[in-house]
Amino acid sequence: MDGISVNYYVGLSTILFVIGATGVLIRRNALIIFMSVELMLNAGNLAFVAFASAHDLLNGQVFVFFIMTVAAAEVAVGLALIVAIFRSKKSINVDEINVLKG
Amino acid sequence: MTQADLYTLLPIIVLTVWALLLLVVDLFIPNDRKGWTALLAAAGLALTAGFTISLAGTDTYIGFGGMVLLDGFATFVNLLLLFSGLLGISVAYNYLKRMDIERGEYYSLMLFSVVGMMLMAQASDLIVVFIALELLSIPLYILAAIAQPKGNSGEAGIKYFLLGAFSGGFVVYGIALVFGATQATALLDIAAAAASGAANVPLMLTGSALILVGFAFKVAAVPFHMWTPDVYEGAPTSVTAFMAAGAKIAGFSALMRVFVIAFPSLAGDLAPVLAVLAALTMIVGNVTAVAQTNIKRMLAYSSIAHAGYILMAFVAFGRGGEIAASAVAAGIIYLAVYALTNFGSWGIVIALENAEGKGLNLEDYAGLGKKNPLMAASMTIFMLSLTGLPPTFGLVGKLYLFQSVIAIDMYWLAIIGVLTSLISAFYYLRVVVIMYMREGEPTTDNEGWLQFTWVLMAAATVILSLVPASIFNWAYEAARQLVNL
Repeated sequence: MDGISVNYYVGLSTILFVIGATGVLIRRNALIIFMSVELMLNAGNLAFVAFASAHDLLNGQVFVFFIMTVAAAEVAVGLALIVAIFRSKKSINVDEINVLKG
Repeated sequence: MTQADLYTLLPIIVLTVWALLLLVVDLFIPNDRKGWTALLAAAGLALTAGFTISLAGTDTYIGFGGMVLLDGFATFVNLLLLFSGLLGISVAYNYLKRMDIERGEYYSLMLFSVVGMMLMAQASDLIVVFIALELLSIPLYILAAIAQPKGNSGEAGIKYFLLGAFSGGFVVYGIALVFGATQATALLDIAAAAASGAANVPLMLTGSALILVGFAFKVAAVPFHMWTPDVYEGAPTSVTAFMAAGAKIAGFSALMRVFVIAFPSLAGDLAPVLAVLAALTMIVGNVTAVAQTNIKRMLAYSSIAHAGYILMAFVAFGRGGEIAASAVAAGIIYLAVYALTNFGSWGIVIALENAEGKGLNLEDYAGLGKKNPLMAASMTIFMLSLTGLPPTFGLVGKLYLFQSVIAIDMYWLAIIGVLTSLISAFYYLRVVVIMYMREGEPTTDNEGWLQFTWVLMAAATVILSLVPASIFNWAYEAARQLVNL
């Protein structure tokens, strides 16, 4: 990344991470919460590639593949759970999934 | 793959292959004979335990370029995890049948989760820690929701999933920042970079704090504990028992290795945070538990409180040498205490639980002292152990933990520990009072394996308290290998 400092990439990844974390905390739709979680993971990925490229380290790039694979496995389980809940409750709003009180 | 690589991962490989085969074999086992699946799963865990013991020794195996290792600490934790897996199967077998949620996949998923937990104990690279974390969590999400659409299992599953994935995001970003700060993800390289002054300290501190937040979610430390009571209450009770013990053991053992090996240079900033986290967790967990009338929720808050006690062992992580080793030893002893008492008390909860969430209120325990004296006596032992009263293993565990914070002059933390134990005596002993002093007609399930589990746990809780020194020596030996003393 000639000319562009690693700080910009990491700054962008921080912004993405904060957007993701905020999304999880304020959105009420389980699917959108889940999308926000993915955003957090991808913020981590972006930071990983940026640092790896800045320091000329290959392992950081490889780790991104691991994280993507794990995220994909999580999607499979998460979407299945969301569909199962939707079938029985006819809603995926987390405020309506509230029989158990915390 | 060299021989050392193979030896390092041999127990995990055996268990993974066994779990995959079990998934296939289960297809050929008829629905009314799922006991065979349970038996085969238990055999797999026992076989893996055999391999783990045969590899135990003075050698530390380092595999795959330092990504994983197998030392005394990992062996100790692995055996604890395999033991928890076996107990998880023995409490689940009849319960699943009774609740009509018996599915063969249950046992395979449990084995996969144990694989993840063992990998977590053996991880010596942050990336492996993350992969192991997800490997243990994903099967647990499914297990929590396995009774869907019955009861609130699905709700428990989705809550656990969303919060678990959220915490995974923190861990990933934390690892990325630590990687940026030290240009390494292997625990030893991180420590080396920090020691040589090559690391970007503020970035590393932020990263380690994010990793701590992620793990605090996983082990249910305050203020990241909100999901715990809901998930523990909604999930099938046999899953709750396994999840409470297994996830805690794995999460804390990984956290110990990461903090003691990679982040000792940050102790000045992180140790006070950990102390406050421990104090908050003990106070909130115990105080909230007092108000509960549902035994599953009460034990869930008790589980949060115990996460606080175990966190006390972390405060000394940066001191190095004997102090850190004793603290780590106290931590893993308490994990063993918690596993024993946890499976015993949840086993009795399972014995009293009837279909569709009946038999879970504290009032339902009235009259148990007359109806089933052995069960009431065992429950009394578990409650005493959770409180930390003699003659139980719980007292031994708590004493070592208090000792570990007194050794570094954190008297206020030890005092909070003692005071919150006093508070906890109120709600634990209330169960005992209800069992013996109130009239009632509880219905209990006296199936063989279930009964075997809680009788064995009760006996172990008392007997192990008689030999504290030899337990401590074993744990200390394991901890010594972790801190490389």
